[in-house]
Amino acid sequence: MMNRTKIKVNDLNLFYGDFQALIDINLDIMENKVTALIGPSGCGKSTFIRTLNRMNDLIDNVKIKGEILLDGADIYDDKCDLIQLRKSVGMVFQKPNPFPKTVYENVAYGPKIHGVKSKTALDEIVEKSLRGAALWDEVKDRLDKPALGLSGGQQQRLCIARCLAVEPDVLLMDEPTSALDPISTLKIEDLLEELKKKYTIVIVTHNMQQAGRVSDFTSFFLNGEIIETDLTDNIFSKPRDKRTEDYITGRFG
Amino acid sequence: MEMQASKIMISNKKINLNIKEKVSYFAIYLAAILTLVALISIIGYVLMNGVKHIDFNFFIQEPSSMGRKGGIFSIIVGTIYLTLVSIAIATPIGVAAAIYLTEYAKETKLVKIIRFGTETLAGIPSIIFGLFGFVFFVILLGFRWSILSGGLTLAIMILPTLIRTTEESLKTVPQSFREGSLALGATKWQTIIKVVLPSSISGILTGLILGIGRAVGETAAVMLTAGSSLGLPMSIMDPTRTMSVHLYILASEGLSKEKTFATATVLIIFVVLINFSANILANKYMKRTKIEA
Repeated sequence: MMNRTKIKVNDLNLFYGDFQALIDINLDIMENKVTALIGPSGCGKSTFIRTLNRMNDLIDNVKIKGEILLDGADIYDDKCDLIQLRKSVGMVFQKPNPFPKTVYENVAYGPKIHGVKSKTALDEIVEKSLRGAALWDEVKDRLDKPALGLSGGQQQRLCIARCLAVEPDVLLMDEPTSALDPISTLKIEDLLEELKKKYTIVIVTHNMQQAGRVSDFTSFFLNGEIIETDLTDNIFSKPRDKRTEDYITGRFG
Repeated sequence: MEMQASKIMISNKKINLNIKEKVSYFAIYLAAILTLVALISIIGYVLMNGVKHIDFNFFIQEPSSMGRKGGIFSIIVGTIYLTLVSIAIATPIGVAAAIYLTEYAKETKLVKIIRFGTETLAGIPSIIFGLFGFVFFVILLGFRWSILSGGLTLAIMILPTLIRTTEESLKTVPQSFREGSLALGATKWQTIIKVVLPSSISGILTGLILGIGRAVGETAAVMLTAGSSLGLPMSIMDPTRTMSVHLYILASEGLSKEKTFATATVLIIFVVLINFSANILANKYMKRTKIEA
């Protein structure tokens, strides 16, 4: 099977003031695959995933060198339309962050700001997105209830639905299950299996079993560098680098 | 023997501590009760003296013979008119300034000066605002004694409180809401209008209520800028008299004790009503957005 590169990262360096958080990152992210980023806390994997939709732009004092090509176009180019970029590269955060609005309004928020006005069109998008996030059956009778009344796992799937509603190509997930119970975690992992048929997924995780279960490729981050990237099966069965082996066998981290 | 003595000493110490504890508890309890008693007796005294002089006519009749007779219809209208004008001017400016300070401005020298300025403004005696309003709006700009002059003066007076409370409530909106919105491709402005402001509406309302309270209660600055005319104000350029001003004039010139207390009673009812309805509004909004209890 041919793998197509969706995102190509070339010599990416990122500084917070004087501190270099990412060092010479090179990575190919394959289309319709799940790429897991693993590594100990503070190794730069969250910083890295936030470069992919330019969320680091919000922080003062960040300097970025290198290029990130999404479908061949550099997202750090001046010509890049930030709104279009974030529309096509959705993000799910560590802690579920639904807006203090109703379930329906949460999902309809994205399409509305991008100009969808017709009620029937919105209804359709909301249902499709909630189905896509495997949440429809649980919330279809309470679309007009506050989203903050849902359970943590439901809230996180709602945030996924909220992303799907703007029809992205790529989904970035920054430890999406770290605040959830095991059953909710399992539901999200099952969902990833479905989602990767349509979307390219990058997931940061602390949980190596999770990386093993859900991902096709895994990158191991350490102190701001990528030590090794490979098929997930290879990383976990025959890592090339000693440090990778030490980490996945639990010798540090 | 010695052992015995030290034991007794310790228990004495314990008793002392216990007494201290009780005394201090009693003291703070007393302070709390005192506050409550003062509040209740002031309101109670006013109501007791005022309620019996209030009838339906008091609300719908115009005052006559300098306020000795008749009702306070034109004064109620004037109070509402002036308050509405002042918050209509202050709210957009105050909220916009607060948005700038919390969402856009970096901690530059200018921002620090603006912050210091608003804080100082909040502590300036109202008569200074009155004097400024009189010189600037009434005379220099030629607005005369009018609802416009009064409204502008009150608006400047309300602004610091409004900016402060709005800023505080904007700061309580979790950063994750903003990130969630921006990550969906919303612009900063869309994020502020559709996510941040609605999430902080109850705090903004609180600021508004405080502002309204200050506008309704203000006397000196209003007299200097809106005048003390007893006529029913029609245009925004008409002078007027608010309830507080009316109360002040009735009392200071000894025109009518009954009407003074009746006016005071209406004023108290007004303030309570404003607080009450604002509370309901805020709760209603909270229910729509937050978790149901």
